[in-house]
Amino acid sequence: MKKTHLLAASLIAAASGLAAEDAYAANLTLCWAAWDPANALVELSKDFEAQSGHKMNFEFVPWPNFADRMLNELNSGGKLCDLMIGDSQWIGLGAEAGHYVKMNDFFEANAISMDDFIPATVTGYAEWPKGTPNYWALPAYADVVGWTYRKDWFARPELQAEYKEKYGRDLDVPATLAELKDIAEFFQGREIDGKTVYGAAIYTERGSEGITMGVTNALYNYGFLYENPEKPYDMEGFVNSSGAVEGLEFYKALYDCCTPPGSSDWYMSETIDAFKSGQAALQMNFAFIWPGVNADPNVGGDRSGYFPNPAGPAGQFAQLGGQGISVVSYSSNQDAALEYIKWFAQPEVQQRWWDMGGAPALKSVVEAPGFADSQPYAQAFLDSMAIVKDFWAEPTYAELLLAMQNRVHRYVIAGEGTAQEALDALVGDWTEVFEDDGKL
Amino acid sequence: MPETAMDSVARATPPRVARRIRGLSDRMIAWIFVAPTIFLLLAINIFPLIWTIRLSFTNFRANRPNAETAWVGLRNYERILSDPDIWQTMQATAHFLFWTLFFQVLIGFALAWLINAKFRGSNFWTTIIVLPMMLSPAVVGNFWTFLYQPQIGLFNYVVAFFSGADPTGFTMIGEVALAPWAIVIVDTWMWTPFVMLICLAGLRSIPESIYEAAECDRASKWRQFWTITVPMVLPFLMLAVLFRGIENFKMFDLVVQLTGGGPGSTTELTSINLKREAFEKWRTGYASAYAVILFVTVFGLASIYVKALNKVKER
Repeated sequence: MKKTHLLAASLIAAASGLAAEDAYAANLTLCWAAWDPANALVELSKDFEAQSGHKMNFEFVPWPNFADRMLNELNSGGKLCDLMIGDSQWIGLGAEAGHYVKMNDFFEANAISMDDFIPATVTGYAEWPKGTPNYWALPAYADVVGWTYRKDWFARPELQAEYKEKYGRDLDVPATLAELKDIAEFFQGREIDGKTVYGAAIYTERGSEGITMGVTNALYNYGFLYENPEKPYDMEGFVNSSGAVEGLEFYKALYDCCTPPGSSDWYMSETIDAFKSGQAALQMNFAFIWPGVNADPNVGGDRSGYFPNPAGPAGQFAQLGGQGISVVSYSSNQDAALEYIKWFAQPEVQQRWWDMGGAPALKSVVEAPGFADSQPYAQAFLDSMAIVKDFWAEPTYAELLLAMQNRVHRYVIAGEGTAQEALDALVGDWTEVFEDDGKL
Repeated sequence: MPETAMDSVARATPPRVARRIRGLSDRMIAWIFVAPTIFLLLAINIFPLIWTIRLSFTNFRANRPNAETAWVGLRNYERILSDPDIWQTMQATAHFLFWTLFFQVLIGFALAWLINAKFRGSNFWTTIIVLPMMLSPAVVGNFWTFLYQPQIGLFNYVVAFFSGADPTGFTMIGEVALAPWAIVIVDTWMWTPFVMLICLAGLRSIPESIYEAAECDRASKWRQFWTITVPMVLPFLMLAVLFRGIENFKMFDLVVQLTGGGPGSTTELTSINLKREAFEKWRTGYASAYAVILFVTVFGLASIYVKALNKVKER
């Protein structure tokens, strides 16, 4: 009798245990762009699966279609994604349209403090409205536009001598955008090891966000501002200031003089290809590519170097990239998704994220002694993250972006009109967008 | 009297069903048969059209369904018709339409004429010629971007071989002057076989006896071509132009893959522009007005064209 009771009790306990386990185990889907860091995250997430019992699925979309595909998913209230690593500029829409779950209570309950993250990433990836303590994401991947250069070409004595004679300074990492253009000009059309090489591979893509993510690195440093710092949405004289016009002219001059032929529609992958195939001396790209460049058999190791976007007459800034991780409000697995974020925020997980090729935004990792020397590009990453600026993150971000893509591409690539006309027209477009949105 | 098919169907009808429909008129039975089709047509064609017209007078945004929607009257229409960028996309579309139709008709007819001559291996060459139209437009767009690459692309090397120009000295899809022609070339390459097939059907429908009669009347080949071949193939040609015209007015995938609408907005056709307004900027009301304007334009032009086609057929 006793044995029968014991057996029954054991069976009930086992069954209830299994039932509890079943109820707890969720099938989580994380949505992000299809790129190298996403592969690293798949590896990293295996620890989470082992610890939590949840199953992780991933939905990765190539960058040119990422915004289209994922914003459609969010706008239609789709349940595909439980976790979304959405672009920084989506945060306004995510918050105001109710796509993302607000994180404040969750952060407080789990002792996750935004003070522990790089301030620019908190502002860029998590806050809406900007500058207020309302959080809709955890900074997940810190990224910024920077430059890669062919260190081995720069080190050649004959090129150094020729450069010094022509420009009166050493062929070295440029301190200003003007110096960068000189270097690009110097390499343009040059024969190196029997191959014709070109100056700089830069962003020119028309369809999604490419040329905007490139040109802003010139605009910011020549004095472009999105709006009057004293009066929100007042853009006249800031977007189209004389400095901004000069910045736009600089970018066009760089495109005209010093880029590989056929680079009129290039974004991340095309510039990587140009650099890795030995076509370009300089490459503009987001820092996420640096681990891949460093490991590349053709241009990796000592053959390449990294530097932040050089200064212009109005200062030194760089376009912020990167993303925060949010819980999608339409998800039926919100608790498990929050559990993932809690796991991901742990310092040891963030450290592993860096070790595997990710880019954490946690201060305890990036400010740790030895971080700057941990990889050849770590110092450039830190320097770049200290000078970031981001595009509008308004709910109307897509309209604002498309207007800029149109105006800038028409001037820089198609050569239509003047820089002043392009930026004046941009002010007109953006004003119309804000008027329609009731902000003006 | 032998049993007809109708009799056997009537006999096969189960008595219960027969009793039920006994009281129905022929007209009612006809309505019962066409009702599902009419319902589907209303649901998937007419209702969306009416709904689009309604939305075109509002500032509705599909990505913010909870936001208040305001009635804006004709404002969307005014903005579209007074926007120089929209007119630029219309011009780009007109350029694309005119030249693709021109080259496709010219080359398609010439190829059909050659194939119709029935030379040795003509079936093999017909198969080879129609291959491009069997490919996916996205695939065609993608591989032509490689062909147009100034550094590695075959196109530039072929042009350079015949002209002596530097192959890296021009970029078909990156230069304002060349990009509109780049998309015309690819569409012509892909869809000329379609026009050729229709022309071939036209040529093969001409009875041989007409040519024999013309020969008896000592008409020259040139005269036979203009007085027999062209008039008799014309309805087929006009049909091909109608099909290709409607298709190219909606052209999207091929051009997006090739140029993305660039450089600048040089190759941004109306369909690409409309898609940006509707599903990237999410200005649903504005995009609805845009779609209504395009619909009226295409419907009007197509109606005039179909009338002309019918007149040609009647002759």
